[in-house]
Amino acid sequence: MTFSDSRSNVRAVDARAEWQRAFDEAKKRGVEFSTLSGAALAPLYAPEDAACDPERDLGYPGAFPFTRGVHPTMYRSRLWTMRQFAGFGSARQTNERFKFLLAHGQTGLSTAFDFPTLMGYDSDHAHAFGEVGQVGVAISSLEDMQTLMSGIPLQDVSTSMTINGPAPILLAFYIACGERQGVDPKLLRGTVQNDILKEYQAQHAWLVPAEPALRMITDVMGYCARRVPQWNTISISGYHIREAGSTAAQELAFTLANGFEYVRRGIAAGLDVDEFAPRLSFFFDSHLDFFEEIAKFRAARRIWARKLRDEFGAKDPRSWMVRFHTQTAGVSLTAQQPENNIVRTAFEALAAVLGGTQSLHTNSMDETLSLPTEKAVKIALRTQQIIAEEIEVAHVIDPLGGSYFVEAQTNRLEQEAERYFQEIARRGGVVAATEQGYIQREIHRSAVAYQAAVERGSKKVVGVNCYVEGQQGPTIELHKIDPAVEREQHERLARLRSRRDASKAKRALGDIRDACKGTDNLLERFVAAAHAECTLGEIADVLRAEFGHYKEPKIL
Amino acid sequence: MTANSKIRVLVGKPGLDGHDRGAKTVASALRDHGMEVIYTGLHQTPDAIAEIAAQEDVDVVGLSILSGAHMALFPRVKAELDKRGMGHVLLTGGGIIPLEDMEALHRQGYARLFGPGTPTEDIAKWIRAEVEKRRGAEGEQS
Repeated sequence: MTFSDSRSNVRAVDARAEWQRAFDEAKKRGVEFSTLSGAALAPLYAPEDAACDPERDLGYPGAFPFTRGVHPTMYRSRLWTMRQFAGFGSARQTNERFKFLLAHGQTGLSTAFDFPTLMGYDSDHAHAFGEVGQVGVAISSLEDMQTLMSGIPLQDVSTSMTINGPAPILLAFYIACGERQGVDPKLLRGTVQNDILKEYQAQHAWLVPAEPALRMITDVMGYCARRVPQWNTISISGYHIREAGSTAAQELAFTLANGFEYVRRGIAAGLDVDEFAPRLSFFFDSHLDFFEEIAKFRAARRIWARKLRDEFGAKDPRSWMVRFHTQTAGVSLTAQQPENNIVRTAFEALAAVLGGTQSLHTNSMDETLSLPTEKAVKIALRTQQIIAEEIEVAHVIDPLGGSYFVEAQTNRLEQEAERYFQEIARRGGVVAATEQGYIQREIHRSAVAYQAAVERGSKKVVGVNCYVEGQQGPTIELHKIDPAVEREQHERLARLRSRRDASKAKRALGDIRDACKGTDNLLERFVAAAHAECTLGEIADVLRAEFGHYKEPKIL
Repeated sequence: MTANSKIRVLVGKPGLDGHDRGAKTVASALRDHGMEVIYTGLHQTPDAIAEIAAQEDVDVVGLSILSGAHMALFPRVKAELDKRGMGHVLLTGGGIIPLEDMEALHRQGYARLFGPGTPTEDIAKWIRAEVEKRRGAEGEQS
């Protein structure tokens, strides 16, 4: 933002110096004035701190570089999708929770899977012991997927599936489930997370090493471009990077760096960038630092748009857009005085909305203690509804655009991200930087720095290092997983294996093995295997045998 | 083992749980408090954890689970340690563990489990005090 003439410029400089003197002379509170991520903050931001050319750096909503939002109308046409992540126990139990959420006004589904599913093991594998149905729903077969979606017509909902290593297999189950319901894959809408790079970096549920995993991802992009055109093929996720301890700038930088890698891989696989880039979506954390988070969302849109257009040569404006889902920060919740988490989540959700999110999950107050109860989930959903309906914030697009502070933070985050892009390039790209453990070490360093700041009291957490109420047990009711779920899953799988046409299943697995050795599209083979009633673990075993296991680099 | 030798701690991640922020943060903090810390890495079986504990002859085994599998896996690690004659190690851990489960695991030999929000300083001090107590008792016996 520039000044109109030199005389007013001189007046402004004098006025600023005067304010600065008054400020310097005054007594200040003895706390650290920095963002949650530890970036220093000035007490005041003025036009000269927010250098930006409105036309070049901000633009208008729905137009390059999308800093102000991806749609010309934003929430005036359509509110964000309220999408609560849910999944626990058996497919039948999660199906009931899905229907409960839809009945209370939720507008999209989001599936949490248990760890065996996330790692590509059937519920009856030895490694699954004790984990079945715990952090999400157990889905080992097409039959389980059909139970999960029973009574929910797939052409009428959009479904997000948080799964990565075995993502193409779960997507195959979903496509096959649609076909069994009589739904053309062209009508399926939803997202599969399918972002393996951040698994190696932060979330740690992988299946095979990076190169074959990336090949499967380009197979998904190619297959969906032709046959499931409304499906978001990757949800490039910063959420887990942030939850693992990164700063806001690291979340932004590593997420986008991963995104650029998927784009490179898609192009290298012979796809046209505009064929697949419009179906890439994003997933960010919304943490407690209100303004830094809003700036992060704005910076993400601007950086992606510039790189996609100017470096990757994308011509379709949809390829330039960061459409994103947001989840409030799980790590910001405290086990102490858990009801306070409702307030934290509300502020984080508000930041996501002011940052222009396309969909939103609000955490439940009890998630540091167990999976959420129905009551806690309902309050979390109602929090979004209050933001949408009562506080009048959804009427104006990018309401903080032009704020000197927010523009300055947007610039800072863009610059910090750019420095990381250069460092990653210097290390040979994001795959190499991950295999070297560089990204993991950066995240760990930030996690340790934050913990130290909390312990020395320079970052405050109500109920933890200030306003402490002393030792007490949880004051709220907890949700428990019935151990019978694991046994019932074992029985269901045993029945499935004895009921199905064994030779057909064997043939389908053989076809996958052949495709692993060659270049045929693996997702196509997975869909055929799903129809042949092959289980997740059986398909994943073929992949592990053909491609090997991923080995975590030692960073500690 | 002398009373003054460095405290040796194994920080373990049993099961399929991928949440390692807490485990790694605690591991780093214990190192900063002068302890010798071995971190197993992710996705370890109870058997593998006990094996490393025995090979490294640790004083302390600290486990971290945030996936809800603690009631299945913590007792297994304890059983595997006992099998290897490592029943004397100080057993601790943390994660998303409801209070009543903490109490049940305490009865099964887990001296203390820590929940979210615990200062790493408290964990380090507690480990030091417990290990010194045990070493003192061993010293008196011999």
